[in-house]
Amino acid sequence: MSTDTASTGADKLVPVLSRSWDDPRSYTLEGYRAHDGYQAIHRALALPPDDVIKMVKDSGLRGRGGAGFPTGLKWGFIPQGDNKPHYLVVNADESEPGTCKDIPFMMANPHELIEGVIIASYAIRANRAFIYVRGEVVHVLRRLQAAVREAYAAGYVGSNILGSGFDLDIVVHAGAGAYICGEETALLDSLEGYRGQPRLRPPFPAVAGLYASPTVVNNVESIASVPAIVRNGPDWFKSLGTEKSAGVGFFSLSGHVTRPGQYEARLGITLRELLDLAGGVRYGHRLKFWTPGGSSTPMLTDEHLDVPLDFEGVGAAGSMLGTRALQIFDETVCVVRATLRWTEFYMHESCGKCTPCREGTFWLVQVLRDLENGKGTEEDLAKLLDICDNIVGRAFCALGDGAAAPIQSSIQYFREEYLDHLRHGGCPFDPAHSTAWAPALAATGVRA
Amino acid sequence: MTEVHQIQSADPRTQTSYAHAPEVRERLVNDAQALIARYPQSRSALLPLLHLVQSEEGYVTADGIAFCAELLGLSTAEVSAVSTFYTMYKDKPVGDYHVGVCTNTLCAVMGGDEIFATLKAHLVVGNDERTADDQGERSLTLEHIECNAACDFAPVMTVNWEFFDNMTPTTAVKLVDDLLAGREVTPSRGPALCSFKQTERILAGYEDERPGVVDAGGPAGPASLEGLKLVRQRGGAR
Repeated sequence: MSTDTASTGADKLVPVLSRSWDDPRSYTLEGYRAHDGYQAIHRALALPPDDVIKMVKDSGLRGRGGAGFPTGLKWGFIPQGDNKPHYLVVNADESEPGTCKDIPFMMANPHELIEGVIIASYAIRANRAFIYVRGEVVHVLRRLQAAVREAYAAGYVGSNILGSGFDLDIVVHAGAGAYICGEETALLDSLEGYRGQPRLRPPFPAVAGLYASPTVVNNVESIASVPAIVRNGPDWFKSLGTEKSAGVGFFSLSGHVTRPGQYEARLGITLRELLDLAGGVRYGHRLKFWTPGGSSTPMLTDEHLDVPLDFEGVGAAGSMLGTRALQIFDETVCVVRATLRWTEFYMHESCGKCTPCREGTFWLVQVLRDLENGKGTEEDLAKLLDICDNIVGRAFCALGDGAAAPIQSSIQYFREEYLDHLRHGGCPFDPAHSTAWAPALAATGVRA
Repeated sequence: MTEVHQIQSADPRTQTSYAHAPEVRERLVNDAQALIARYPQSRSALLPLLHLVQSEEGYVTADGIAFCAELLGLSTAEVSAVSTFYTMYKDKPVGDYHVGVCTNTLCAVMGGDEIFATLKAHLVVGNDERTADDQGERSLTLEHIECNAACDFAPVMTVNWEFFDNMTPTTAVKLVDDLLAGREVTPSRGPALCSFKQTERILAGYEDERPGVVDAGGPAGPASLEGLKLVRQRGGAR
């Protein structure tokens, strides 16, 4: 790779939400203020709410929780003058395997999320907002609780915010361990005190969401991107990404990479550029497969190093940008083992509401276990794909589609490796070679 | 509009929870009513209330179920249906510490499987099992957990839902030995551990009032700063 490419990669790093994380007080109200915090609300509260919605529409911001729906458009769907309470609900239930951006963000910079909540609530005319954070991250909960308390004390939240006449209450609500609650309608059911199971749509949350009232559900990173858009203008945000994928986003590298971590960069950066920034695949090894946006996005291989990581680019490569959760696996990793483990996850997290997902994920696990243990047959691959076909598009929500993604894509790229398990009578890989403490330069993952 | 069910005016024959401990009941009622008041509709407080009753006994008991039902005007069946759906609510007593090992694909591959196997053997417990009282000063419950959104710190463990980053079988064994011995343990990003029950009170929505706990752990772990570090090296302004 040329040095030109390397410098291009570095130029694509633009810390916006992470700009203050090396300041030891970044998570406090005063720390946030020292980094332009709570300036955008002065500007936003002086504008008519519709102008704020237009600003977010013009910025080109698309949802950062995986689906990529235009954020401003979502806000615009909220009916006005309907004499019903409106609600903003922040989806902070980050649990898609591989995804690890919102949790460190809320730990380091919770006030930027709160400023975004204030602006978004003002725009959609909501006087109550909820931050639904997964329960298994207690220190993040502490930081959010403290930040909301500080924001109330400073007059940024509560009655008549900064003399604008706008009232807002924010409640931090901890979940209780259920991946499905990341699905927006399941999250709403959970917030209403029910089992977190998805709802039939329509009606969409914009019409009948929380307590059957108009509701916007947005991902943490989407809402947190709003203050910077208001501060710097929609054109600034638009200029940072690609034509149809505006702005910057977190790219979270994990697994077999020299320096795993958070890389906040322009949308459209490539994995080759990111790996270059992160010191490459771990020393002595090579890239085998990776997920562009969590386990629910079809895996890609070393053929896809130069795919632009934006909504269109990853879509054209047969996968999805998702949450930009780049899990990197080198040649020591058995793709059947990886796929089986993800499938066990989907089986465990399937909420049980719809038959294709509940039954399908169960049977997928049974077939995959046999294959991993060398007890299956070649026909089992067709059976797996057949079950996937009966889930995709037929399940109540996207969890079912997500469950099929690693299976369909791993068979597409690594069919021979599945068959190797049958020939070998079991898994031909030694998991010891994949661990973080495996001796450097272990020659190969395949047992002699 | 808040529709808090005033249990004082309810039929006393239906108020069966914590009959053996009226002072516990009174304290929990006060705590619960403050939580219920945060929501436009009372049932939204069910998840917080289940965390609250779990903070009392270390798991969701029949008393806890009945308590939530009474305060929210629900049947015990409606409450049980919810508590059994969510994995953080436990139907048997959790030890002083809940120890989680991530075995979702990324962490498993990076060594989570080996860590989990090592701990099961070391503690002589299976998944979701608790150590015996004679194994140490404190008890712990071991469980393999799903992705906890810290993949760049893999392999990851949790104790009482606090992060322990970049673990190995050796550091994992030392961690559980320290916990069993009752020594103070500090996670990678956060304050010194409190008990599982105290943790559940934070999850219910009450702030951790120990001094300095919010500041503990600093803004970010090392992996979170990798991208920013490169920008600083190239002269990016702070």
